[in-house]
Amino acid sequence: MVRRRQEYDDIPGTFVFDAERSRQGYGINMFCMSLMKEENRKAFKADEAEYLKKFQLTDEQRDAILKRDYNRMLELGGNIYFAAKLGATDGHSFQHLAAVMTGSSQQDYAAMMLAGGRSVEGNRSRSAKDKQAKGKGKAKSQSKSKSTAKRK
Amino acid sequence: MATIIAGVGSSHVPAIGAALDNGKTGEPYWKRVFSGFEKSKEWMAKTKPDVAIVVYNDHASAFSVDVIPTFALGCAAEFPPADEGWGPRPVPVIKGHPELAAHIAQSVILDEFDLTIVNKMEVDHGLTVPLNLLFGQPRNAWPCPVIPLAVNVVMYPPPTGHRCYMLGKAIRKAVESYREDLRVVIFGTGGLSHQISGPRAGLINSKWDKAFLDNLSKNPKKLTRIPHVEYMREAGAEGIEMVMWLIMRGALDDNVQEVYRFYTVPASNTAVGHIILENRGRASRKHSAAAKGKQAPRRKTSHRLAA
Repeated sequence: MVRRRQEYDDIPGTFVFDAERSRQGYGINMFCMSLMKEENRKAFKADEAEYLKKFQLTDEQRDAILKRDYNRMLELGGNIYFAAKLGATDGHSFQHLAAVMTGSSQQDYAAMMLAGGRSVEGNRSRSAKDKQAKGKGKAKSQSKSKSTAKRK
Repeated sequence: MATIIAGVGSSHVPAIGAALDNGKTGEPYWKRVFSGFEKSKEWMAKTKPDVAIVVYNDHASAFSVDVIPTFALGCAAEFPPADEGWGPRPVPVIKGHPELAAHIAQSVILDEFDLTIVNKMEVDHGLTVPLNLLFGQPRNAWPCPVIPLAVNVVMYPPPTGHRCYMLGKAIRKAVESYREDLRVVIFGTGGLSHQISGPRAGLINSKWDKAFLDNLSKNPKKLTRIPHVEYMREAGAEGIEMVMWLIMRGALDDNVQEVYRFYTVPASNTAVGHIILENRGRASRKHSAAAKGKQAPRRKTSHRLAA
C-alpha cells in the first residue's frame, strides 16, 4: 500500500511513527517487545529466522530485522523505543544504534553530540526551503556536510 | 483544600538513570549534568510536597502497541519500576495516592478529558529519572506519594500542546476541589530537543529550547499554538515530548515565579532542560516553605552552562 504523504514527511532523515506506521509495523514492534523476556531473547538468538515466524511480518520487514537495518525497520513501521530492545539484545547501547542510523561510527557520533549535536540548520526540510518555522531571520548558510542528515 | 504550589520541568534521559545506577555521577561528563540539579534537590527538600503528580511518557515498557492510551492516570497504590531490558532500576517502589488520583480522574473526565484509568502499571525511566533528579536516591522509600500521568508521545499524533495545557488547568481544578489540605508539586518531563531515530538522529536545537523555556515561564499560551510538525522539525522527532511540559504549566498560575533553570547539552543524545516555577497566588505561597523570605528575583541562581 502506498503511504499517504504527510506534512512531516518533508523533515529529512526522519520516519515519524504515526498511526499508519503503527498499524503497518505492529508485527515488528510486538517482536521487539517480546525481547523484554530473557527466554525470548535466547530463543531469538538461537535461531533468528525461526523465531521471527511467530510474528506477522512482511518479507521486507523480516529482512530488515535480520539485517539490523534500523532505518528500514522504522520506515516499515518500527518505532525506535521498540527497536532499541533489539539493539539491547545484541548488546548495543542506544548511542550505538543512533550512530548506525546516521551512518557514522559511534566515536564520531559521540563527538558530534559533545560538540552540541547535529545542527538544525540545513536539516529542517527536504524540499530545500530551510527556513526557520518561527521566522526569526534567515537560516544561516547551508549546513556543513558533516551535520547534514541524508535521506537514504 | 489541596493546592498546586509549584511545577517542575525536567528531562528524563535514560542514560541519566544508568549513570546514577552505575555510580558514574562523579565522572566529568555526568558531573556537568548532575551539578545542575543540586539546587533543585535543596529546593525540593525545603518545599516538601505532600504529593507529586508526574507527567511522563512510557517507552514501550508498560504499554506496547496493543493499547496506546493518550492520557493514562495511575490510580494504583503502588507502581513498581519496570524492567527495561537490564532489570528494574534499583529505586524504591513508587507509592501512589489512590484517593487523590481517583478524585482527579472523576473531576477531569467530567470536565471532558477522557483519561484512561490504570490500576496496575509499571513505570520506566520516564518517571523514575526525574524523581531521582529532584529527590536524590533514597534507599527505601520516596519522600512523597506520586501520581503518574502517562501521555502518549510515542505514536503520532500525541495530544496537542493546547490540549495538554487545558488538561493541566482541569487537573488544577480537580486538585483544588480535594477535601484534604495537600501541597502538590506537578512535574512535566521529557525533552528538550532530541532526535534518536533515523539518519537525522543527534539533532539538538539549543536556541529553540531556550525560547521554549522562556515562553514556558512568561508566555505559555504562545507555546500552546506550536503545531506538532514544528516540534519535530525544530526540536527533533522525539523532541515532541515537550508537549508534556504544557500540562504542568497549565496547572500553574498565569504568572509564576521562575525559581530556577538549568540547561546543558548533551546527556547521551539529548539536550537536558530543567525549570522550577512557583505559583505566586496567596493560597499557594502561604503554604510554601521554600517561598518564605525568598521573594527577591531568583533568576540569578540559574545555571546556563550551554553556549
